[in-house]
Amino acid sequence: MKSAGTKSSASPVGEDVPRIDARQKVTGAAIFADDIQFGDSLLHARIKRSPHPHALVRKIDTTRARALPGVKAVVTGEDFPRHIGLYLQDRYIFCRDRVRYVGDPVAGVAATTPEIAQKALDLIEVDYEVLEPVLDPELGTHAEAAILHPDLGQYVVAGFIFPKPGTNISNHFKIRKGDVVGAWGRCAAIVEHRYRIPHIQHVPIEPHVAVARVEPSGEITLWGSSQSPFAQRNLIAQSMGISQSQMRVVAPLVGGGFGSKAGVSMEALVVAIATKVPGRSVKLLLTREEEFYTAFVRQGLVSHFKMGCDAKGRLLAMENVFYWDGGAYTEYGVNVTRAAGYSSSGPYEVPNIKTDSYCVYTNHPVGGPMRGFGMPEMHAGLEQCIDELALKVGMDAVEFRRINCLKAGSPLPTGSKMHPTGLPVCIDKAADAIGWGKKPAASAPNKRRGKGLALMWKAPAMPPNAGSSAWVELAEDGTVTVGVGGQEIGQGVFTVAAQMAAAALGVPYESVRIASPVDTRYSPYEWQTVASRLTWSMGNAIVNAARDAKRQILGTVGEAWEETPEDLDIVNGVVISYKTEKEIPLKNLAVYGLPKPNDQGWRGGPVIGRGAFMPTYVTGLDPETGQGERSVVHFTTGAQAVELEVDLDTGRIEILRGVSAFDVGKAINPAQVKAQMEGGFVQGMSSALFESLNLKDGVVRSPSFVDYRIATTADAPRDLQSFIVEEAQDDGPWGARGIGEHSMVPTIPAIANAIYDAVGVRLEGPPFTAEKVYLAMLEAGVVK
Amino acid sequence: MTLHEIHVTVNDEPEQVAVPANMTLMRMLREKLALTGTKNGCSAGECGACTVLLNGEPVNSCMVLAVECDGARIVTVEGLAGEDRLAPVQETILRAGGVQCGFCTPGILISAHALLERNPTPSDDEIREALVGNLCRCTGYLPILESVREAARMQSAAG
Repeated sequence: MKSAGTKSSASPVGEDVPRIDARQKVTGAAIFADDIQFGDSLLHARIKRSPHPHALVRKIDTTRARALPGVKAVVTGEDFPRHIGLYLQDRYIFCRDRVRYVGDPVAGVAATTPEIAQKALDLIEVDYEVLEPVLDPELGTHAEAAILHPDLGQYVVAGFIFPKPGTNISNHFKIRKGDVVGAWGRCAAIVEHRYRIPHIQHVPIEPHVAVARVEPSGEITLWGSSQSPFAQRNLIAQSMGISQSQMRVVAPLVGGGFGSKAGVSMEALVVAIATKVPGRSVKLLLTREEEFYTAFVRQGLVSHFKMGCDAKGRLLAMENVFYWDGGAYTEYGVNVTRAAGYSSSGPYEVPNIKTDSYCVYTNHPVGGPMRGFGMPEMHAGLEQCIDELALKVGMDAVEFRRINCLKAGSPLPTGSKMHPTGLPVCIDKAADAIGWGKKPAASAPNKRRGKGLALMWKAPAMPPNAGSSAWVELAEDGTVTVGVGGQEIGQGVFTVAAQMAAAALGVPYESVRIASPVDTRYSPYEWQTVASRLTWSMGNAIVNAARDAKRQILGTVGEAWEETPEDLDIVNGVVISYKTEKEIPLKNLAVYGLPKPNDQGWRGGPVIGRGAFMPTYVTGLDPETGQGERSVVHFTTGAQAVELEVDLDTGRIEILRGVSAFDVGKAINPAQVKAQMEGGFVQGMSSALFESLNLKDGVVRSPSFVDYRIATTADAPRDLQSFIVEEAQDDGPWGARGIGEHSMVPTIPAIANAIYDAVGVRLEGPPFTAEKVYLAMLEAGVVK
Repeated sequence: MTLHEIHVTVNDEPEQVAVPANMTLMRMLREKLALTGTKNGCSAGECGACTVLLNGEPVNSCMVLAVECDGARIVTVEGLAGEDRLAPVQETILRAGGVQCGFCTPGILISAHALLERNPTPSDDEIREALVGNLCRCTGYLPILESVREAARMQSAAG
């Protein structure tokens, strides 16, 4: 008889199994959207874009472009009168009356070659009336600012978003808890600061690409690099005025997403163009320059923090105001604003808190979701203030965090209570590993060494009813195919999906494959591959589907063996009886079932398990106070620490060591969890030291990899350590919760705190370039 | 546009291709020979995703015109593995966890392979320098660097 111990040791959950997609990726066999071959009849699309940050469109003349040989279609906003948008339907596919950022699409061309399409763009004449732009989110809320969306009051909007018609405010989220004004008088120390976080970009190495074909029947197929095939089906169908079932989205492997390929970014453009050339496939591939100008950005933030504590270092109050630079339209910005609002205490117990988080329309590129969804931007300031407050009250910054950090049952800013969390353990791990309190000598006389630490928390920010589904099917040989609608964007979710299916069904990991590419016609529904929600949400759906398949199999075998299913199990691909010790491999019954004795027919048959998951317990929040029963599903928490050196001669920063510790509930694949922690640390470091779109007068001034520097092999720290903390999530598969985005949330403030520790200066915001650090040191008298 | 006939050897296969004068080597590989393992990340020579070996040297294939390659030997990611075994660096990058989204992987493998061909025992700094033109946004690079070190060890152990 097999013991329970044998079973659990055979489970692939918790094991570092090899990635399911790695072999095809190292041999060049992996297919990305741009690799799909459409033959010589493929048409190429290019987009005519606004050169102005803000202007009225008086007239568009496409006559000359249409006459160019090789041009098959020219479209403008005239033909597409419906709005599109995820939470707030505030944009047209092509601009109709007004352009709102440099790069806003005004017309599209399909031609036989990309060169002809590009040439046709030059022949399109657009007559603009240039208007005063809004270039700062805080100023955008002032009464004298130009109003960018006069029709804001008419837009369709999700129930949890609160636009202010007649202003540029697309969402205002408030927290009103306790008595902030009364609390200031009881504070022994108060700090107040303002930070400015620049626009940056996701920079996946694979640019955005989409191919659309409209059948003569009106059905539309879209192939694209997408984190959100189902959301695209829904939103594009609505904006084209067709049924969702007429819209099919096929989404192969994604060459890096980080949020930039979530929702609808450029895909509706090529669908609109394709409607004019039925039966022809039309491809739109963004150039890298176009990526920098027009793909989603991580919106800028102007944040004001005021916080105070008593003489023992207990946080008493916070007052926060956030102005999010939502850009021209607000695909995700309004929800980033909300998420930052309900998370605005940081991972701390704060009895009195007042927060105003505003999303503001500006004439900047469109704010999308980016790894961390507002949390890196918000924590950048918040976690520096915590250090300053600790200093002011005379406490060690780590000790201050230990006292104030969230523990199980801690009250949250929205009125609910914190679930069990390993945050205190994360603090200890990070502090121990970095050698907190010990200061080694710098490596050279012209260098100063410093250490810094920061905490984070983040919930999946999504509508309360974001659902997942999955199916599990057995083939003749007993191997298992798992259907999912979540996307492999590099995070390793197909591997983890296979591990969970294998463990829940009782088969080896190697005998599971994932049905891919994701295709909305055949794959089960998944809301979107965002919010670090798949391991948890899609994982639950997979477990449910595997259990459903298992129930069917054990039912069939139980009948055949005249045993109750409770005495049966599936172990390593074999159905076994704990009672009679009988065994039968799955392949012996997978598709054809089992014969009844004496040729009396058959039982069982094809096995297909189905499973779904949707959180049903997330409640609304009061629009005036932000209070409610349960604002989110859960929070992942963690800590990072860094050790760095500042070069006094140049201001250059070298990150010597980085430590990450996050509470992931349960690591389904520990190696991949650590890979997320390392990759996120380096992306966070890159955003701290190098990255900014350098928007000036509404124009992106760094539209190439030369001007927009991301971390290279020369910058990766030599020593990164990652610690997994596992305080189980009550509704997660095996207790798991997400980790993908969280790993870059505390990096900016950890580095900023280490810079302060080294040379005693703080900057208004990243990137902490050598030039800015040097000038700050000069101003502070650290160097002469 | 006039087409030019060129002869190239790609992954040990002789090929005859008709290309327009403005077609890059990257586009020729992807569009004429369906070798889509070579990736287009920027078309500006900045990201390294399209790196291939041109007569043994790693180049950004988006910066080379196909017509310049008449008579050349080209190796793409599809040509790295042997009949039934992966090249050492393909093997070690799998094991070290150096692959996430996989879009930069082909270019990284070619650059790493070229490094190990000309310097079988590279130092850590030499590995970093050889890969500095290959951008990766997912991994943070450390597992990639480790996989090159490990491949060097494997190769020297195999003599």
